Amino acid sequence: MKSKPTPEPVQVVKGRRDAALGRLVDGVPYIQFLGIQFDRRGDELTAVLPYSEMLIGNPLLPAIHGGVTAAFLEVAAIIELSWSSQWEQMEDGTLDPAAGGLMALPKTIDFSVDYLRSGLPRDAYARARINRCGRRYASVHVEAWQDNRSRLFAQATGHFLMPLRADKMQG
Amino acid sequence: MTDNKQKVRDFIEGLPHLKALGMELEALEDGVATVALPYDTRLIGDPATGVIHGGAVSTLMDTASGASVMCHASQPASTATIDLRIDYMRPATAGQRITARAECYHVTRSVAFVRVIATDEDKSRPVATATGAFTIEPAQGDAK
Repeated sequence: MKSKPTPEPVQVVKGRRDAALGRLVDGVPYIQFLGIQFDRRGDELTAVLPYSEMLIGNPLLPAIHGGVTAAFLEVAAIIELSWSSQWEQMEDGTLDPAAGGLMALPKTIDFSVDYLRSGLPRDAYARARINRCGRRYASVHVEAWQDNRSRLFAQATGHFLMPLRADKMQG
Repeated sequence: MTDNKQKVRDFIEGLPHLKALGMELEALEDGVATVALPYDTRLIGDPATGVIHGGAVSTLMDTASGASVMCHASQPASTATIDLRIDYMRPATAGQRITARAECYHVTRSVAFVRVIATDEDKSRPVATATGAFTIEPAQGDAK
């Protein structure tokens, strides 16, 4: 009789996931430049863009620069794609976050942003949903809001070229 | 006309985010704007290659687009992006400055249509192109 393995302590699981997320986010200078952070609940990520005066593109309104909004959505999409594609490896322990080294990131093919409202001088949030992620190409939809989850200020759809993975190169 | 271009130049050069990025307004003509983004390690998107993040390129293209609308002969009071679609042809070469040239090729009373092309120092191979639609806020006193 084989007994069930003891489940891992929750702090070990959380530590491993947070380290893997940190490895994706902390190494990218532009994400640090904009000040984007990620909230994680299980496998669900929310990108957070804390308001800062440096993000202003129209001082008269004032409003967040449209380019910043596009960049925020694109960062949320790329991190979600990388995060979800490494999830399995991370959970079965074949991804060693302590090993360091840089993750190959998906490359943007095209990105189409729909501006729905002006970005207020408040914190902004974004969540990405993967429409489809194949071996080479992926399609991702992203929604961004500020005070109310149901009042989006921007949304975007993008296509990405996925990095070749060593474990999937054969066949 | 020249007054309007100076007004547009002053407005753009005063924007906090563009100052933070070190963006430079190179030229303003009727409905055409050229804006440059000097290489900066803070803007790297892929640490393995040192290539600038697509988001910074998006900001450059959005800025050039907005500027091209503002300096269109119809002299709108203000503008905002309705949509922007960006196509990335290739990564910009690390260490090189990226330049975006936007052309506002058609305006109606309410909407401006823009196309943009971004290149690095190799002008023959574009880094990215974009097309966008922008709002037109008429100058005060204009008939609606």
